[in-house]
Amino acid sequence: MKICITSQGDSLDSAVDPRFGRCQYFIMADSDSLEFEAVKNPNMDSMGGAGIQSGQFISDKGIKVVLTGNVGPNAYQTLNAAGIKVVIGMSGTVKEAIEKYKKGEIKSTDGPSVDSHFGSGQ
Amino acid sequence: MIISIASGKGGTGKTTVATNLALSIKNAQILDCDVEEPNAHIFIKPKIQEKIFVFIPVPQIDKTKCNYCGKCKQVCMYNAIAILNKTTLVFAELCHGCGSCTYFCPQKAIKEVDKEIGFTEIGYGSTSFITDLQFVHGKLNIGQAMAPPLIRAVKKHISSTRVNIIDAPPGTSCPVIESIKESDFCILVTEPTPFGLNDLILAIEVLRKLKIPFGVIINRSDLGDNKTDEYCQNQNIPILMRIPFKKEIASAYSQGVPIVEVLPKYREHFKELFRRISNGEFN
Repeated sequence: MKICITSQGDSLDSAVDPRFGRCQYFIMADSDSLEFEAVKNPNMDSMGGAGIQSGQFISDKGIKVVLTGNVGPNAYQTLNAAGIKVVIGMSGTVKEAIEKYKKGEIKSTDGPSVDSHFGSGQ
Repeated sequence: MIISIASGKGGTGKTTVATNLALSIKNAQILDCDVEEPNAHIFIKPKIQEKIFVFIPVPQIDKTKCNYCGKCKQVCMYNAIAILNKTTLVFAELCHGCGSCTYFCPQKAIKEVDKEIGFTEIGYGSTSFITDLQFVHGKLNIGQAMAPPLIRAVKKHISSTRVNIIDAPPGTSCPVIESIKESDFCILVTEPTPFGLNDLILAIEVLRKLKIPFGVIINRSDLGDNKTDEYCQNQNIPILMRIPFKKEIASAYSQGVPIVEVLPKYREHFKELFRRISNGEFN
C-alpha cells in the first residue's frame, strides 16, 4: 500500500515533520517493500491554503494513508474528501513511523488536531 | 483631498492624530479603515445614521454540471478550491472574491453567492464644538480574514467635496496598502523608540513605492532617544509635529477625550498642519 509520511528530510532516517501542509518533504513509500520516493513539498511557503494544496498534492499521487504530527481543519476536510486515512501524533524517524503503522499500533484520526495556521509559524 | 494616517508600529497614536485633525478643521470626513479593530468612534462619539452590510462573492458549484476538470482550482491564486475524486471543495474563508473560477469554468458550473464579511456605519460627529464632521467606519465580522474588500467599502464613501481623513491599520501589509493608496498625503505617526523607528522605516519604504508624499509626527516626543530625528534629518523627511508625553493628554486619552478638547491650542497646531499640507509645503 502506498503511504505518505511528512518528513524533515529526504530519507527514511529523517525525522517526521510534525506539520502537514507546510512539511519539508513528503516521503511516499510502499509500506511492504519500503521502496520510497522523497518529494520536496511545493506548498511549504504557500501564502495560504497550504494544507488544502498539500492534501490535493498527495491525493493526486494516489496516497491512501498519511502519517504526520498534526493536521488542521482545512487539510483534514481535504484528506477526508479524498478518502485518505490520517494518522496523527507521529514522531521519531520516518522508518520508525512506518514500522509503528505496520504493527497496527496506531489508528487514524476522525478530526483535525490543531487549528488553522498551526504550521505557518505565525 | 485625501490625507491618510499610518504608522508601521501599532499604538503610536494614529487614531489620536486622525481624530484630532478631523476635529480641528472644517468640512472633514473621517474614515476609520482599521476594520479589524476600529476605535476612532471612541473619540468622535458619532451619531450613526446608516448601517450597510458588506459581502464578497464566493463560488458555489453546481454538482450536476461540474466534470472535475480542475480549471477553477488551477486559476485560484488563494488555494480556495480542491478537487478530489468526484468532489469539488470550496474553502470560502480563503476566497478573495476575484471571480476567476466563475469566469474560466468551461462547464459554466459555478455561480457566485454573497458571503457577508462585515458592515460599514455612516454618521456624523456629535461633539458639541464641531457639527459638520462626517464619520464612516467598517467592522469586520469575527473569524473573517479578508479586510481589503471591507476597506474598499469604507473608502467608497470618500467625498470629493470634503477633506477625507483616513485612519489606517498598523503594519505594512495588504490592509494598509488598501487604506492609504490614492492618498494625496500620508502622515506617519511614530514614537522615538528603537521599535517605533524600525517600523517607521518599513512604512516609509511602502510610501516611497506608492509615490505618496509624507511627513512624520513624533508622538510622546520627549521620551526615548533622538535616533528618529536623526533618521528623518538624514533622509530629508519633514517632521510635521511633536506631541509631548503630557499628563493632561494621557489623562484625556484614558477617558476617550480628544486632545483638542482639553488643550485647545492643539486645534491651532492641527489647523496649521492642515494648511501647510494642503499648500503642498511637504510634497
